[in-house]
Amino acid sequence: MTLASQLPALQVVVPLLTAPIAAAMRPRDLAWLVTCAASLTAFAIAVALTAGALQGPADTSLRYDMGGWPAPFGIALVIDSLSALVLLVITGSSTLALLAGRRAMALDIEPHRQPLFYAAWLTALAGLCGITITGDAFNIFVFMEISSLATYVIIAAGPERRALTSVFKYLITGTVGATFYLIGVGLIYMMTGTLNLEDMELRIAEAPSRGPVLAAAGFITVGLALKAAVFPLHVWLPNAYAYAPHTVTAFIAACSTKVALYVLLRFDFMVLQANLPEHAAQFAGYLLPLALAGILFGSSVALFETHLKRLLGYSSIAQIGYIVLGAAMLDRAGLTAATLHMFNHALAKGTLFLAVIALGLRLGQANLNLSNLWGVGRAMPWTMGAFTVAAASLVGIPGTAGFISKWYLVSAALQQGPWAVVLVGVILISSLLAVAYLWRVLEPAFFADSPATLSEPIAHQSWAPLVILWLAAAANVYFGLAPQLPVELASRAAAILTAGHGAAELLP
Amino acid sequence: MTPGLAFWLPLAGSILIAFTGRHPNIRETVTLITAGLLAAMVFSLLPDVLAGGRPEASLGELLPGVPLRFVVEPLGMLYAGIASTLWIVNSIYSIGYMRGNREKHQTRFYVCFAISIAAAIGIAFSGNLLTLFLCYEMLTLSTYPLVAHKGDADTLASARVYLGILLATSIGLFLPAIIWTYVAAGTLDFTQGGILAGEVQGPLLGLLLALYVFGIGKAAVMPVHRWLPAAMVAPTPVSALLHAVAVVKAGVFTVVKVIVYIFGIDHLFSEPSSSWLVYAAAFTIIVASVVALRQTNLKRMLAYSTVGQLSYVVLAAAVLKPLSEVGAAVHIVAHAFGKITLFFAAGAIYTASKKTEIAELAGIGRRMPFTMAAFTIGALSMIGVPPTGGFVSKWYILAGAFQADNYTAIFTIIASTVLNAAYFLPIVYAAWLMPETSPGTKEHGEAPWPAVLALCVTALLTLLFFLFNQPVIDLEMQIVTPILRSNP
Repeated sequence: MTLASQLPALQVVVPLLTAPIAAAMRPRDLAWLVTCAASLTAFAIAVALTAGALQGPADTSLRYDMGGWPAPFGIALVIDSLSALVLLVITGSSTLALLAGRRAMALDIEPHRQPLFYAAWLTALAGLCGITITGDAFNIFVFMEISSLATYVIIAAGPERRALTSVFKYLITGTVGATFYLIGVGLIYMMTGTLNLEDMELRIAEAPSRGPVLAAAGFITVGLALKAAVFPLHVWLPNAYAYAPHTVTAFIAACSTKVALYVLLRFDFMVLQANLPEHAAQFAGYLLPLALAGILFGSSVALFETHLKRLLGYSSIAQIGYIVLGAAMLDRAGLTAATLHMFNHALAKGTLFLAVIALGLRLGQANLNLSNLWGVGRAMPWTMGAFTVAAASLVGIPGTAGFISKWYLVSAALQQGPWAVVLVGVILISSLLAVAYLWRVLEPAFFADSPATLSEPIAHQSWAPLVILWLAAAANVYFGLAPQLPVELASRAAAILTAGHGAAELLP
Repeated sequence: MTPGLAFWLPLAGSILIAFTGRHPNIRETVTLITAGLLAAMVFSLLPDVLAGGRPEASLGELLPGVPLRFVVEPLGMLYAGIASTLWIVNSIYSIGYMRGNREKHQTRFYVCFAISIAAAIGIAFSGNLLTLFLCYEMLTLSTYPLVAHKGDADTLASARVYLGILLATSIGLFLPAIIWTYVAAGTLDFTQGGILAGEVQGPLLGLLLALYVFGIGKAAVMPVHRWLPAAMVAPTPVSALLHAVAVVKAGVFTVVKVIVYIFGIDHLFSEPSSSWLVYAAAFTIIVASVVALRQTNLKRMLAYSTVGQLSYVVLAAAVLKPLSEVGAAVHIVAHAFGKITLFFAAGAIYTASKKTEIAELAGIGRRMPFTMAAFTIGALSMIGVPPTGGFVSKWYILAGAFQADNYTAIFTIIASTVLNAAYFLPIVYAAWLMPETSPGTKEHGEAPWPAVLALCVTALLTLLFFLFNQPVIDLEMQIVTPILRSNP
């Protein structure tokens, strides 16, 4: 019973058990400190788990039986390259957002509520980690509810009252999504008598009738697509991003939709794909056109959006489309691109929202219309410099992380036969739209004259957000020039997804 | 390691420039020292390359089978040599011009300039298409602040055209072409004889060629040339070094490199689907010359002249004969010397007299004799009259065209020569021989001395290149020697 062997459990337990401690902390800065420490610990655990997942052959997966009960009777935790990549994204974005957002959160949230806010943050973090790490379908639902409820709370802490209406919309959609997922899992449980994902994969083949399983596949896919804001189920996303506290946006924009996509990939490729004839074609047949439409829709709407955070939100809808597009290609190249883009998009979008934190501190939390940003590049060159780097990454300029995922996505699309031209065309048109909508932010920011308010000296210059912001921007460049780690994780993840668990030995 | 150092040196210089921005004299010294060191570093590679060596530097693996790598080969050596030499001259000129016109944001100007040069060196030395693409985009982005330097509404609109066209073509056409090549050939290394033979054939080859030629927007083959006239809103030193040498030459250099090392001359020559390129280049040359004929603004006329001259290089490369490939390389040099002289002259005229229109130039030769003498030499080089560098390259291009019996190319060059003469000679005539008529003439002499010195140096280089071009020819013969050996 060494500590190292308990890491998979600790990944969830640390933030979950720190949450009540954070809630009890007075004075308030201590709550922030405890939360940061827990988040940093979770990140360290994720790094250690990633290192473990990268050892050995491509389909390595570490298993951990909760309480010593062997699967399928107990709950198993599964760490492979796919879950390790998502864990890195979750814990990394949480840590960076917390470190950068201390002052912003102190301004946003009433002092006596802050300990509770941090407790909710940690609960959300624990829930997201739990979804990612567990190998049990019902357990996923439980953690999904934990993370969702906590996420609603931290979004509702936003400075404007509109946060409440947007979070209500998110709550309704999210609950519908979770319920759909639960109905699907219930149907499968009815047919197979198991909740363990790996066991489920083996037993679906013996299911007495196929109808309920097909219905379950539909419910699960739609439910998770709602959670992941796949077009046209995206309506909750822009406002939830826009009116949440900036720090919260930096956290959830980087990871919450990715976690839902992760479950979607896991369920569809590892459980259903191998067992349902035609499932592959159905999955691709529905999701591919939706992904293409989502890419074009998100980018086009972002082109006309006047609020910075909503603009970035619509851009996220397009970027989620890229991930779904890669997955809908169904082959290893496409899945590599999809998984890689989860990582790289989290990096780029997370950095952009970290820049938003710094902008909010200077401009006032609610003044983030594009017209408020005129001349801001001259007043805040470091912030907007990092914003520019992250924007380049989002567009896919070579030398940044975004370019690597674009490269993999286009090469995967080129192997799709007669449809290749359409796919490549949509990807590239959307990249150009991204140039245009980001340009609407950057050009006035750097070349317009700054308003008088910006030239006033600032009372409290805080360096922490800038340092963290540049750390994230540098990560965008680092993973653009030395992408081995995410590429290795993504290609291993794709191998695991395409092989299915039982068929691992069939791999070349 | 030297090729790698040559890439990092201007970047390091740009950081120093940023930090010394408060002290203009120190800042300009840093620029000049960096430029001098860079030129020394680039030319230290020359003996090795002339002897057949290919110095390398690796920066790590970016994608499986595609490392970030610098390899110095003759074409890149040539391009890096011109860019680094002319950066010195241009820096001297910049000091005179920027101070003479009291421009704002001079530190940003010098920082971005140094980054652009680093990108140009990176393009020159890139060992594969991905490294080249990375530096190509770096060049686009780092030149944007230079084009938008003035920052007023008109300038921003033009800068938007500049960035929009260059990014749209590179992301929309160039990048898919590269990925297509990678998927087909499994490598992106620049290889003698090309990597696509046996991989892509027939009409698809013509399509891929089109993706490259129009995707490399910096080569300004019509209809993707409009960014170049738009870029003329930049301060003149930018137009001179970047939009007569570094940026536009990066475009045609990339086209030549792709034709020689990715497609392979023989492979392209054997495919009829590639023959459209000669017509596209010929069309661009003729139309650009006609448009230049009708311009009233001096810098815009020079821009359209550049569009035409760039397509000379594309045309020469598209003739697909060894001598014409050499002609393409030589024309990169000859045009660089001539056109930078012309832009320097245009900038000197603006600094001294604030004149920008062609019609105002009557009689200006008597006020600015050195400037207009240099302008005349540059103009003669554009037309291709001996004893200027332009004659040498035209000779080789025509020789290659005769080798290939390509009468389209021959006719185009003759027609374009006539048109070039038609728009350059009247300016020269008016400047020297007509009396000053333009109203609002103020008393002025030559521009500040650094500017005059710079344009005299480049004019001299234009003349010297006519006499001493053998090293360049020897260097560039290396790229076609294997082909000459296999089918003499």
